[in-house]
Amino acid sequence: MNVMDTLIPKKAERPRMAPGDTVRVHTLIVEGDRERVQVFQGTVIRIRKGNAQANFTVRRVASHGVGVERTFLLYSPRIEKIEVMRSAQTRRAQLYYLRDLQGKAARLRERVTQTTKE
Amino acid sequence: MKGLLGRKLGMTQIFNTLGESVPVTVIEAGPCYVVQVRTPDHEGYSAIQLGFDAVKRATRLTRGERGHLGLLKTDDKHPKRRELPTEVPPVKHLREIRVKAEESYTEGQKLTANVFTMGEHVDVIGTSKGKGFAGHMKRHGFHGGPRTHGQSDRQRTSGSIAAGTTPGKIHKGKHMAGHMGMDRVTAQNLQIVLVDAERNLIGVRGPVPGATGCLVMIQETRKK
Repeated sequence: MNVMDTLIPKKAERPRMAPGDTVRVHTLIVEGDRERVQVFQGTVIRIRKGNAQANFTVRRVASHGVGVERTFLLYSPRIEKIEVMRSAQTRRAQLYYLRDLQGKAARLRERVTQTTKE
Repeated sequence: MKGLLGRKLGMTQIFNTLGESVPVTVIEAGPCYVVQVRTPDHEGYSAIQLGFDAVKRATRLTRGERGHLGLLKTDDKHPKRRELPTEVPPVKHLREIRVKAEESYTEGQKLTANVFTMGEHVDVIGTSKGKGFAGHMKRHGFHGGPRTHGQSDRQRTSGSIAAGTTPGKIHKGKHMAGHMGMDRVTAQNLQIVLVDAERNLIGVRGPVPGATGCLVMIQETRKK
C-alpha cells in the first residue's frame, strides 16, 4: 500500500488540530469563473484520519441557534489554509454531545491548556 | 488498439484539477514487453502478445516459456527456442491484445504506463473475486421467499423453477444457484485520471474487477 499513500501531494502543510479546537477554514469557492475565499469558523468535533480520505468536521452555531456542520477533506486543494484559533481540553475524540447542548452549556468548554512544547 | 497488462494495487481517492475528489483504482501497469507480434501473413490476424511481471530468476519459468521469451542459450535445441531482437526479462504473464495491422510493434519492445494519456477512456479486464457456490439471491438477485405470514424455511429459496406438465422440463439457462465469480469481467469506458510513467502507475476512475494484486488488462475502450 506504500505506493497508494504517495498519490496525494500533502503540499499544503496542515496544522495540528485536535477535537475541540476552534478553527478558521479558508475554502476556495468557485462561482462561475470567479474564485473567492470563504471562511468557516467553528469547533472541530471530529477528525478522521486516513491519508487521502482524511477529513474533519467543523461545527458552528449560526444565527437563531441553528447548528451548522461542515466536513472538509483535510488534503483538499480547495482548502487554502486552516487557522487554529484556540485549543480546548476534551475528554473524547468525537464531540457529538455538543449537538445537544446550547448556549453556555455548549460554549463553556474546557479551557485552553497550552502545551508549550513546539 | 493500445493495451497494457498490470496489477491492481487497490482503490483510493485523489483530487482532480478542479479540486474535486475522485475515486480511483490504481494499477501498476508495466513495464510490459511485446513478446510476439502476430501478423496476418503468419498467424492470419494482427495482434501483439504482451508479457508482464518479471520473476526473480528465469529458472522459475518452464523451459518452454523461457524458449518462447528467447531466454535459452543459443545452442539449446528446445523446440520452442527463438530469439528476440531485444532482450526481454522472464515475465510471468502473457496476454494477447488485438491491434490494427498498420500499428507497428517490434518484438522485445518495452511499453510503459505512458502509452495512455490523462483523460482517455479505457476498458479494464480482470477476473472477478470468487464467491464459491452462491445461492440464487446472491448470484442472480432473486428476492427470496416471504418472511412473514406463517412462512418458514423459505427465506432464501428461489420458488418455482418452471411450469408443470407443459413444458415438462426446465428451460436451459434457468437461473439457479451455482459457482459465482472468478469470471473474466470487463469494466468498460473508465476514464484515466492518473498517469505516472516513472512508477508505471495508471489510475482509473471507479472500481475495477478482481481483488487487489490481481492481473488486469487495460485496453482502449470499445465504446465511443
